[in-house]
Amino acid sequence: MQPIYYNIPFVCIFLCMVGGITMPLQKSGKSALRTTVAICLSVFVLCGVLCGILYVRDESFVYKMGHFPAPWGNELYVGPLEALLSSLFALVMAMSIVGGKRTLYEDILPPKQPFYFTMLCMILASLLALSFTNDIFTGYVFIEISTLAACAIVMARDTEKTIAATIRYLVISLLGSGLFMIGIAMLYCITGHLLMPQLQERILQLNETQQYFIPLTVVCGLITIGMGIKSAMFPFYAWLPQAHGGATTTSSAVLSGLVLKGYIIFLIRIFYRVFTMDVVRSLHITNVFFAFGVAGMIIGSVMAMREEHIKRMLAYSSIAQIGYVFMGIGLGTEAGIIAAVFQIMSHAVTKPLLFLSAGRLSEIRHHEKSLYRLRGVAHRDITAGVCFTLGGLSMIGIPLLSGFTAKFFFAGATLASGSLKMWIALLALCVSSVLNALYYIPAILAIWSRPDKEYAEDLQKNPGFLVAGTVLAVGAVLLGTVSTPIIRVIQAGLSML
Amino acid sequence: MKKSIWKRFTEWVDGVAEEFEPEQLPQTQDKEKKHKTHSLDEQQRLRVFTIGYDIVAFIVGITVVAVLIFTIFQLPLFGCADNPAVNEVVQRYVENGLEETGAVNMVAGMILDYRAFDTFGESSVLFLAVTCVMMLLLRDKKNISKEEDIQQMHERIIEKESRDLILKNVTALIIPWIMLFGVYIVLNGHISPGGGFSGGAVMGAGLILYSAAYGVDATSRFFTRNTFRAITSTALLCYAASKAYSFFTGANGLPTGIPLGTPGAIFSSGLILVLDICVGMVVACTMYGFYILFAKGEF
Repeated sequence: MQPIYYNIPFVCIFLCMVGGITMPLQKSGKSALRTTVAICLSVFVLCGVLCGILYVRDESFVYKMGHFPAPWGNELYVGPLEALLSSLFALVMAMSIVGGKRTLYEDILPPKQPFYFTMLCMILASLLALSFTNDIFTGYVFIEISTLAACAIVMARDTEKTIAATIRYLVISLLGSGLFMIGIAMLYCITGHLLMPQLQERILQLNETQQYFIPLTVVCGLITIGMGIKSAMFPFYAWLPQAHGGATTTSSAVLSGLVLKGYIIFLIRIFYRVFTMDVVRSLHITNVFFAFGVAGMIIGSVMAMREEHIKRMLAYSSIAQIGYVFMGIGLGTEAGIIAAVFQIMSHAVTKPLLFLSAGRLSEIRHHEKSLYRLRGVAHRDITAGVCFTLGGLSMIGIPLLSGFTAKFFFAGATLASGSLKMWIALLALCVSSVLNALYYIPAILAIWSRPDKEYAEDLQKNPGFLVAGTVLAVGAVLLGTVSTPIIRVIQAGLSML
Repeated sequence: MKKSIWKRFTEWVDGVAEEFEPEQLPQTQDKEKKHKTHSLDEQQRLRVFTIGYDIVAFIVGITVVAVLIFTIFQLPLFGCADNPAVNEVVQRYVENGLEETGAVNMVAGMILDYRAFDTFGESSVLFLAVTCVMMLLLRDKKNISKEEDIQQMHERIIEKESRDLILKNVTALIIPWIMLFGVYIVLNGHISPGGGFSGGAVMGAGLILYSAAYGVDATSRFFTRNTFRAITSTALLCYAASKAYSFFTGANGLPTGIPLGTPGAIFSSGLILVLDICVGMVVACTMYGFYILFAKGEF
């Protein structure tokens, strides 16, 4: 009989899925919202406890989904890293819902609100499954779930613009899943397995004998590009700004903060547990990542500078931040991946904070989105203004905030890597930080400066945002100040993968 | 008039440029006008862009296809005995499948017992898809205009008055058989080829045919949105509950206490029969739901 806490991941996944299935039976959007937040918070607590136990005991485990062991049945693999990330994702999801509650009720018609929460539950389920699964095909199934649900939460607002953005998102996203699917099919052809440990064994054999070298390279490329498209890697980002910028506040926060990350976590797990980093390095996939990541860091920021629509600006900034993650993976060293995972966590907290406060600020000005029309709005809701400022400063990389710590670890990882990559990465880090400042500082100045004319304003209080903004802001500061234990958990988790 | 660099910089900091760009999309007529007033230069650039885009898309497409086809030739030949895919995994499915799952139909045993978690995910995908379509197409004040409303009322009246004798009579004749066949496929999923997905598709097609011949009002006598919601959610909950039980016992090494029965009998193979019925229900409802939502936008 295994310890009882081994059941936590399975319970969490089923909790979310059952929640999603029962959501359409809920009478009103309000009750659906409460249930969803309750589910998210319980997942947060359960996974947090699990993370603590696993870290203290320094163990990871495999959980059989059914009566059949590894190569025959489905399995979950859970270590401290996975538990930590899931816990964080669940918390951020809950806060995004609470913080964007009011806009959400306005944007989505009451009869359709329960459906919206079905989608959110399913997204959380797929995030959990993508971080826990030990089976590459289960991963694919949950990628599908997450694709559909993500498109639905963009579409939920039901305006011309969001529908157009959804169609674009759907087409490009399906292209990504398609490439990934072809990759899995070929991988099965040359290895005969779908479970990660068995796949790894076979791939190491193939790598040694150089048998099926071309298919293996192509598979690695297909999986990388497939996941890259879905997580807005540099040349494949065209779908993101409209989708993230146009959706309702909660959707933007969830999409930018969480959905993109699920795919990257899954990709990192595939690299570690299926291909192994040595093979990935020898196939030069890391170099591709590095190049795309650096390009994304610069170009995302340049595009964000040209934007005056506050939410689209934040969306472009996501592309740059995702670029950091890919650059970290592209370094190919352990330190690089640790920095990348830390960046994932930091961005998962900061970007929803920014989207929520931007949503709150524009709510005061009757949903004006242009920076020009948002001048001086921070004085109307000091909390929202402070939250936006904190988020922006964290993105730029001001000490004591999570963004700085992430950049600090990136710089450290860069110094340890090869000479050419080191110079490029350091240069990119500097340039990109300056570019970040170039669009966040004007935005921050704009919301605090004096407006040149009177605007009609809606000064109703929004307690939901107050809670969510505070929690996420505290999270960003905590990540920035007490990063050592988190880094240790990440390190422990990666060494067990 | 040209602005000084400093002026442009301050305006950029203030975000002034946005002010001239209306937040709302212009009306359709304005849009047409706008298109017409595109300067020749702009049209030229647009044309160059479109052509360039086509060329690049063509080249990228051809390259990807070429790489994939080349890779396919490097893969092991289909059906060879010494393929990597012919290993202990397949061997156990084929040799011990009947004994371990109780299902004569090996595929049913595989998708609903060995890898049941994946299938739960797949059924949820169907559920999600139909929920997405409901979110998009269910009629509300945002996506339906008055003219469309009136048009649909006209269509309803026409539907009621029409008497497609041939269609109606033939439908009445074959519907019972279609439904019966669907139920047969679902219930025999563990014994013969078929199962929840295929049987559900047959039943869904039967429902679609019925509502196409007799009109939506006839179907909504026994199949409303509430029925739909109740059936899909109950079926999926049933699936989740039975599989949760099975996963929990399996992972913790507890006995399930579910008899496998005699292979080949209708009540055999443990949970597979229940799961097949659940999947069948979900698939049938999904198919019909898609049809009715795309055709009418409500039910």
